[in-house]
This record gives sequence, structure tokens and C-alpha cells, in this order.
Amino acid sequence: MLEYDFIRHAFMASTIVAILAGAVGYFLVLRGQTFAGHALAHVGFTGATGALLIGFPPLAGLVVASVAAGAGMGAMGEKSAQRDVAIGLVLSLALGIGLLFLHFMTTSATQATALLFGNVLAVSVETIKVLFVLAILSLALLAIISRPLLFASLQPELAEAKGLRPRLYSIVFLVITALATAESVQIVGVLLVFALMVGPAATALRLSNNVLRGIVLSMVIALVEAWLGITLAFYTDWPTTFWIAALSTGFYCAAYLAGWVRLRLPMTPVSTPLLIGALDEH
Amino acid sequence: MTTATAVRFEGVTLRLGNHPVLSQVSFDIPQGQLVGMLGPNGAGKTTLMRSILGLANPFQGRISAFGSPVTRGSTKIGYMPQLRGSSGTMRLSGWDFVASVVKGHRFGLPLHSKAQRAEIRDVLELVDAGALAKRSLNEMSGGERQRLLLAQTLIGAPELLLLDEPLNSLDPHRAHDMLMLVRRVQRELGITVVLSAHDLNQLVGAMDKVLYLARGQAALGTVDEVITSPVLSRLYASKMEVIRADGRIFVVPGIGADVTDLHPDYSANVRRQPSQQEARHYA
Repeated sequence: MLEYDFIRHAFMASTIVAILAGAVGYFLVLRGQTFAGHALAHVGFTGATGALLIGFPPLAGLVVASVAAGAGMGAMGEKSAQRDVAIGLVLSLALGIGLLFLHFMTTSATQATALLFGNVLAVSVETIKVLFVLAILSLALLAIISRPLLFASLQPELAEAKGLRPRLYSIVFLVITALATAESVQIVGVLLVFALMVGPAATALRLSNNVLRGIVLSMVIALVEAWLGITLAFYTDWPTTFWIAALSTGFYCAAYLAGWVRLRLPMTPVSTPLLIGALDEH
Repeated sequence: MTTATAVRFEGVTLRLGNHPVLSQVSFDIPQGQLVGMLGPNGAGKTTLMRSILGLANPFQGRISAFGSPVTRGSTKIGYMPQLRGSSGTMRLSGWDFVASVVKGHRFGLPLHSKAQRAEIRDVLELVDAGALAKRSLNEMSGGERQRLLLAQTLIGAPELLLLDEPLNSLDPHRAHDMLMLVRRVQRELGITVVLSAHDLNQLVGAMDKVLYLARGQAALGTVDEVITSPVLSRLYASKMEVIRADGRIFVVPGIGADVTDLHPDYSANVRRQPSQQEARHYA
């Protein structure tokens, strides 16, 4: 399988994107802004189709539009990124405008499908380079702000009292989210950004209540889903995006079930000594 | 007991947008005491706390803490905001929730030094929350989460704690436990605590002083000094009666009082006063 260039490129691109999406997704889920992340991808779709219409690379339009939307959403305040109705309307408007742009183009069908559902098997070396640079920038920025971002996410009022400006962190974080979203669109498309951004992070949060372990776990799960998705797509000839979405949902359900079982285990007489042993360790 | 001042309000007028909250208010909160802040909904309890934190600037007057004008980000002041719904659904450990406050304003990864980890352990032990360190917030009761919020305020060894409605949404038994915990921590550390609440009788016996807010005015003193008909009538600008019955204190409008402007919450509707056994706990 790895003898094919397009497969190697797909693995490289998905590795970069999965690590970024896993890390950013963790904070996105923790902050309750998953829908905002979804909307950013849709605004990015408008940017990408607009860029195509005027002869620019779609990735450029995707990045510019989603980053602008992320900054705008962040500037409107912490709560705006949690307003479902407003975000839902922006999301549908963005998709509608994107469709209008596609209407004005003649060679739209393939590109539209690639944008909406992703096409990791068609990623070029140039795109991989852009993805790599953007991912390094985003991860570096996220690492720098991660401590105050966590504080502002968990206790915004206390953080404000301690001198932080939660709105500033909201803007910076949503810009990082926009970059991660634009990258994820390359792999899973606008409509399935949740599969890489939200699924792994939500699964990690179900498996661990420790922040650092959760972030690493989220990145690893995203990576495993992306790699497995490409491998399964290669052998089945089914779309990669389908496999990533299926794995994302499957992993989350497995983590949910594992948590459910773990919660009920101490109730059984057999496991009681285990529980006492665990408590003694504390 | 020291008589030094922790917080001083000098002719302070506070506004929330165009809405006046406090009008020309002056008082001194002494150091090393537990002060219960009472008053009806909308009396400005939260705004007053935010003004001490430097988050709400006075329209007029001066607010100082420990002799210096208040500023945002003071390390001497710990703050416990009202419990928000979102923290209750988080799948994060109690340890991480408290640890997020440690140097939370500094850039970098959320990693902690040995000394910082020791501080987190100490504050968790201080509020009897050592066992909550590994548990997830979404699996905790309201009382357990309140203890973690109290632990957060103690990070950085503050000299003044501002606790906004820490007894809210707790059943009477847990509210009583929480109050006793606050009392014990305040005594052990010798710090000043301002605690806002709705229920006067919940605090009687535990607090050293009461700060009563109503209709933009404030009165500070012992319960016997403040919860009196003349003082409350002055605050409410309307005749108020204080009735003590069956170990409880009721604040009600006096006969002929104009109650049209009084908030329905004006009455510190109450539970029993503490039993002798409970009083010993408070002491």
C-alpha cells in the first residue's frame, strides 16, 4: 500500500491534521463550543468556493474565511460561540452562499464534493507543506496559551478577577480552531469536520479526566482513526471520510460503553475488594 | 483580634450600566473576621464583590483593600463566583479543576512544579477534598463542587476571600456543613472572609459581622446592631419590623409601610437558629 505516492501523501497529511485536530478539539469540547467549530468549517466552504471562483487555491479561501469568522465570533464574546440559533443561521447562510458560488462555476461537481466530504487521497505535496506550516503555528500558539485558556475555560469569572481577559483568549482560540478546521476539511470535508475535531476529543474526555492525558489521548485517537480510515479505504475502496466518520463514532460508543461498565462494576460483590484496594492506594 | 481594615469603602457609588446599585456608601470591613453579606436579590451583593476585585469601577468614591486602591488581579484576594451550571457537566478531575488556578494567568502548558503540586494538595486537604482529587466534576454533588471552588480561592494564600452565594442550591444540611467549613478555614488561616447569602438565620452564630445591603444603602455591624427595626427601616427607606420568634429572626414590613418598591425577597425568610451543639461547632 505504501508504495503508492498518493497513499504516502494521504498518511502524511492526515498525521499533521489529526494531531492538530485532536489537540484543538479537546479544548473545543471542554469549552462547549463544538457547534461553533462546525460552523467555522461551513464559513470556510464559502471562502473556498469564493476563492475557486476568482482563481485562487481553495485552501487559501478556506483559511482566510474561517479565520475571519473565528476572530469575529470570539470578539462577540464567550457566549456568542455557544448560541446555537445564531450559529445555525450563519452556518446555513454560509453553505447557501458557497452553493451560489458553485453555481457560477462550470467545473464545480468534483471540487464541491471534495470540499464537502474531503479527499485525502488527492492531497498534493504543496498542500502538505502548507498544512505542516499552519499546524506547527497553530500548535505552538495553542501550547503558549493553553494554561490561561484552560483557566479561562473552567473559571471565566475567577480568571477575569485574576487579571485575564477571557475575550482575548476566546478570539485567539477560535482563530486556532479555524485553522484546525480548515486543515480538517482537507481530510474529511466541511460536513464531517466533527469526525476529526470532536469525536476523538469527546472520546478522550470519556476515557480520562486528566487534562494532559486527555489532550494526548485525543491526538492519538484522531491519529489512529485517520490512519485506520485510509487503510480501510485502500482495501475496501470505500471513501476514507466514511471510514473516519464510522471509526470516530465507533470509538466514542466504545468509550461510552466502557465508562458505563466501569461505573457499574463496583456494585458487583466480586469487584468490591478491588475497589477497597484502589481506595487504599489514595 | 486585630482591628486593622481589610476593605474600606469611602463614599462609594456603584452602577451596573445605568442602574444605580450602591449610593454614597462608606464602611470598613475589619481583618480576620467572617462577614456575612445579606440583602434582597438585586441589592448589589455580586457587584460589590466585583468592585473589590477591581472588575466594577465605582462611579464615585474610593475602594481600598489592605490600604491600597483595589486593582484587578490582586493576589491578596481570593474569589469564589456563584456556581455555574457548566462546571457540573465537565469530565475533569477535581485536581485539574483546582490546579487550573495555579499561575493560571501565565503563558505555557498546564504543567505544575513540585511546590505547586504541594500547594494544590494542601488546599484540597484544608477543605477536606483530598478524596475528590481524582473524581470527575460531573460525578460530584453540589456540596463537593463547592468545596473545590473554595479550594480554588485558597490558591496563592490570599488574605481576603470573597465568596458569592456559596450556600446556594445546597440542602440545609450541606449548607450548614459548608458554612462550618468556611468558618474553620477562616479561623485556621486567620483571614478575612466576606460571604454573601440570602438567608440571615443560616449565618447567625457563624458570622462575626453582617453587611446588609438594601436600596443602595449598606450597614455593617454585629447582628444585634444591624438587624434592628431602625437600621433596616433606614436602609429600606420604609418602616421595617424585626421579629424574633422561636429562635428565628424575621424581617417584615412595618404596619403602614410602603411595600410597593420592596423586593419580594426583602424578608430574610429563615430557618432555625443553631442549636447549642451547632453553636459549639461554630465556636
